Amino acid sequence: MQESNVILQLRNVTKTFGDFVAIRDVNLDIYDGEFLTIVGPSGSGKTTMIRLLVGMDKPTEGDIHLKNIRINDVPANKRPTCMVFQSLALFPHRTVGQNIEFPLKIRGDDSSSRKDRAMDLIRLLQLPENYYSKNVMKCSGGERQRVALARALAFDPEILFFDEPLSSIDFRLRKTLEKELKDIHRRTGKTFVYITHSLEEAMVMSDRIAVLRQGEFVQIGSPDDIYNQPKNQFVSEFMGEVNVFPVEVREDGSLHCSEVDAVFACPSPHQIPGSRGSLVVRPEAIRFLEPGEQCSSSLDGAVFNEYSLGSRMQYNVQVADKMITVEKLREQRYEGDFDRSVSIGWDIEDSVLLDITD
Amino acid sequence: MKDFFRSTGVICALPVVVLLLLVFIAPLFLVFGFSFVPARTFDLFSIPTLDNYQSIVTDTYYISFGWSLFLAFLAVVILFLICYPLAFAMAKVFGRFSIVITMAVVISLLVSENIRLFGWVLVLMKGGVFLGYLEHWFAVELESWLYGAPIIIFGLVYVYLPFMLFPLTLGISMIPNELRQAASDLGAGRWTIFREVDLPLAMPGILIGCMLTFVLCAGAMAEAKVLGGSKVLTMADEIETAFTYKQNWPLGSALSVILIVTVAGIALFTLRTIDLDRILGKTR
Repeated sequence: MQESNVILQLRNVTKTFGDFVAIRDVNLDIYDGEFLTIVGPSGSGKTTMIRLLVGMDKPTEGDIHLKNIRINDVPANKRPTCMVFQSLALFPHRTVGQNIEFPLKIRGDDSSSRKDRAMDLIRLLQLPENYYSKNVMKCSGGERQRVALARALAFDPEILFFDEPLSSIDFRLRKTLEKELKDIHRRTGKTFVYITHSLEEAMVMSDRIAVLRQGEFVQIGSPDDIYNQPKNQFVSEFMGEVNVFPVEVREDGSLHCSEVDAVFACPSPHQIPGSRGSLVVRPEAIRFLEPGEQCSSSLDGAVFNEYSLGSRMQYNVQVADKMITVEKLREQRYEGDFDRSVSIGWDIEDSVLLDITD
Repeated sequence: MKDFFRSTGVICALPVVVLLLLVFIAPLFLVFGFSFVPARTFDLFSIPTLDNYQSIVTDTYYISFGWSLFLAFLAVVILFLICYPLAFAMAKVFGRFSIVITMAVVISLLVSENIRLFGWVLVLMKGGVFLGYLEHWFAVELESWLYGAPIIIFGLVYVYLPFMLFPLTLGISMIPNELRQAASDLGAGRWTIFREVDLPLAMPGILIGCMLTFVLCAGAMAEAKVLGGSKVLTMADEIETAFTYKQNWPLGSALSVILIVTVAGIALFTLRTIDLDRILGKTR
């Protein structure tokens, strides 16, 4: 993507509340038409970030540019962007149709064109057409999500922001709505900026993910980058269950982990001997070794327990005092007994060495 | 039917029901009954007659009736205009400081209405606190503002302010801030947010406040007597006169019935348009 495609730009943006620094010297380019997710644990500055982006707060330092125009001091109601709130903030005294038409009414559209547009959006979001005159508080949770999205789309914003709108929805519906949102993104071609605490949710929907931690972006990249090449342990652990081995680089360039007293091959060569780091291995990268099978990194232990995850099986393998998580497809499940000694191992390219310190 | 009287709820509620019937409903029925008794008699069991109502219609009572409703209406309008901004600030702006205002308003309720009104008389009367010092220090001699319709309205607004302020504050505090932010985010200005979000969502509180103050103002008597010096006769005034000075209970009863029916009609009409459950938070 080229520079000309940048629609919103943060340059050295800092936001402080008294002595507390909520956002620290952040740079971010948002490209036209992309689905960007800003993800971070609670307290990472997500809420402050979206309030800055939407225009409910002003940055303490730095600049925000929308299409090369500085918009630091433009209040939310004068910005051509729009947000779907965590609480959805639907107008409870209005019907579905009136909610969707609200931004059109403010713009001064006449009632027939308003209704046409509202009906278009109701169809786009696959709501029943007779919902137009239904009170919005009588809709179910998922339907309300769609109404809130329709209302935001009716505003026809340059960028559509989402502040964790799916967090209060139950698991199954959330999965459906995540995919639906991505489909809507494709259909409309709008720029979506989504804020969430769930990297899993971010993975499903986004073109790019920005991981926020303590007011700073730790890593910005595609879901693939984040998953396969996490910049540090924080990012890798944030993604879900991973195995982390604290290691020290030996003279011959291999890695020694004192916790399990084993030596692993180093995925990133030319490390200074004596430096320390974390070797991160995803559960699905680890396999059970056949007797006599050789592998660049291997460990001997015993299967302690197994858990069924539906299409996959997960195992806790005990090596010394450490539990190592291994994940297999159901067809490739481990057939042996618990507590019998097994060898596990992984290929060098499936491990990542992170957080190296001298 | 037997089971009905055995249920715990009914047994527990019975004493209160009896009490209410005796001290609240019964007097109303008594008043209703007396309004059909021939004028200046006290026999509840005489032949019913509509003479009292007829004499009211032919007499000039419509003037005090009109005054009562007009003063109440005007007081409610002024109360709303004063209280809405204050209530909004108390619910959304002042934060913890609003307790100070709440206390100030509540404390004034601890002193009897009549005493407070006589206090105002002392302040406003000719040669009183205000005009007296004005004359003494600046040699300005002004007519007293007492004894007229404007000062009665002032009295009504002053006395019934809490009854408008608190329901309004409650109503406005029920509007989620995010709704106002969302409306603003969708391009709405202050005026549009007020019209499209604040006003409709605070409507239950607004209606309750207006209804409460209207009912109280329409039946008010002390303001007109103490501050207004009986220059304007209100309905409550006329009723009192009929019962006491004129010793004409049937006439007073008939006047009462007319006032009750009118005010209750207005109140019930208002109540029908709002959903009390929503205010008490039963839905959602």
